[in-house]
Amino acid sequence: MTLADKTGELPENEPLGEGALPEGGEAYVSGSAWRMVLRSFFDNKLAVIGITFVILMVIFCFIGPHFYHTDQVNTSYNINLPPGKGHPLGTDENGRDVLGRLMVGGQSSLEIGFAVAIIATVIGVLYGAISGFIGGVVDTVMMRLVDVMLAIPTLFILIYLASIFKPTIKLLIVVISLVSWLGPARLVRGEALSLRVREYVKAVRVMGGGSRRIILRHIIPNTIGTIVVNATFQVADAILVMASLSFLGLGIPPPAANWGGMLSNGVNFIYDGYWWLIYPAGLAIVITVVAFNFIGDALRDALEVRLQKR
Amino acid sequence: MTGYLLRRVGQSIIVIIGVTIIAFLLEHILPGGPAKGLLGPRATPAQIQAFNHQYGLDRPVIVQYWDYVYGLMHGNLQSSFKLNEPVTQILQRELPKTILLVGTALVLSVVIAIPVGIIQAVRRNKALDYVITGVSFVLYSMPSFWLGLLLIIAFAEKLKWFPAEAPQGATIGQVLADPRGLVLPILTLTLINFAAYSRYMRSSAIESLAQDWVRTAKAKGLSQRVILFKHMLRNSLIPIATLVGLSLPGVFTAGLITEAVFNYPGTGFDFFNAAVNQDYPLLLGIILVIGVATVVGNLLADLAYAVLDPRVRYG
Repeated sequence: MTLADKTGELPENEPLGEGALPEGGEAYVSGSAWRMVLRSFFDNKLAVIGITFVILMVIFCFIGPHFYHTDQVNTSYNINLPPGKGHPLGTDENGRDVLGRLMVGGQSSLEIGFAVAIIATVIGVLYGAISGFIGGVVDTVMMRLVDVMLAIPTLFILIYLASIFKPTIKLLIVVISLVSWLGPARLVRGEALSLRVREYVKAVRVMGGGSRRIILRHIIPNTIGTIVVNATFQVADAILVMASLSFLGLGIPPPAANWGGMLSNGVNFIYDGYWWLIYPAGLAIVITVVAFNFIGDALRDALEVRLQKR
Repeated sequence: MTGYLLRRVGQSIIVIIGVTIIAFLLEHILPGGPAKGLLGPRATPAQIQAFNHQYGLDRPVIVQYWDYVYGLMHGNLQSSFKLNEPVTQILQRELPKTILLVGTALVLSVVIAIPVGIIQAVRRNKALDYVITGVSFVLYSMPSFWLGLLLIIAFAEKLKWFPAEAPQGATIGQVLADPRGLVLPILTLTLINFAAYSRYMRSSAIESLAQDWVRTAKAKGLSQRVILFKHMLRNSLIPIATLVGLSLPGVFTAGLITEAVFNYPGTGFDFFNAAVNQDYPLLLGIILVIGVATVVGNLLADLAYAVLDPRVRYG
């Protein structure tokens, strides 16, 4: 089970009650509803911790290197130095500074995580909404295709592709997205099935609105809660899958840095006591993934609160 | 029941056909096509062309696909050019070892997760509940390779209780001969699965606690213990069947990584090595088997659900 599946726990398939909608049926969430979600979100201590860690991690990875200059391309003879003056987290087996490498390595993880979440969500939401809205045979065929792709675990496909093509960040983003849209597609399709028979959808039809308008202006905006929660978990999933791939030595090849790869190299020194080659990279992965999970969980709870209080 | 069964089996067959199409397509996206896969990375264009003609790979795709399926039905999965051995034979040797590892961990995690979930539901929002929730959350977010590494550092390097490497051997008997080496890989996988299941078990048990039959049992004067570990335990088994089915892709993924971390001699480790060696027939064979196993596992889970819960049968 992937993290993204957790969003399936949203109660009912009603992101917004009919009562929450203005008469015209345009999916429009009133300011106060979102304020309530935000308040409940920020009341959640774990959510605040999650957000704080994500922001700190982004600052660390993207702004850090501007203040802490290190050479992450060339190798040097200062190999496996323990933490000390000049190298707060020591150096690795190629003589590169570990702290600086953590910063640079985090960039690719976060870039891939965010990019995959956006691309996979867009594809999945459109696919799911269209499938659920049309229904019938088209829906059956479209969903069987999703079943087929879900049957083969993502990492197996990625490893296979990584053995053929030399991975780059862009390629990884495309490939991970292509196998990650299935979760959101299923979730949104489930909601679209129940939304398409709503009265306001019928009303749009009567008023001459086409399918395209219904899907884009009514069905998709009404599933936004599920979509946002799922996208958060997608970031965590993508970072995890990317780290696993790099750990197996099939990620972006050196000298490009990434956390999974750093950990993979550090493992060779597990009996030498070079802890600075193992713990920092491992902790960076865990903290980032936990932070996104905290945010996703809190968002889901916050949206449930909105449902309960309506 | 028969209608449900037939419909569900029919669906699974369609999905399995889809999985074979994907495996077939994956073979054909190889630069140079399957010839490259079979002749190895150093094949010349002329060799590839001759090979394509000889094996009919210049014929229409649909004809080729039919041949491929025909081969599959006769148990022909081509040969690994690295190990110089039919893929079917490799799988026959390696799969039992993977099933031993993944299966044991799966059973253990379910056996632990159910009572823990019930205890959490009863002690909801008390200290114990928070501790278990916290632990399972951390385990849930932990990449399996990182958990495996931590266990190696703690139990193999520092305490020296268990070896860091899984027992090596071609047969399941040889692997079982050194049970100490199995502890850490099985523990890693069990903890990862447990984390996924216990979160779900807790909310499912909380839901069950509010049901009418629990109130009736209480009103009858049944003891808490009987209600929890007789009535609720049985009812908790129903959703766990579906949950285990749905979690299969994740279980196989964690299995692959665990095998790689501990050098466990199973299909996952083979898959990893095949990727490093660009041994495409073996990679595709394993992908196909994993895909089919997932579909069949889900089918079995749904059937178990129907057997356990009469509402599904007659609904």
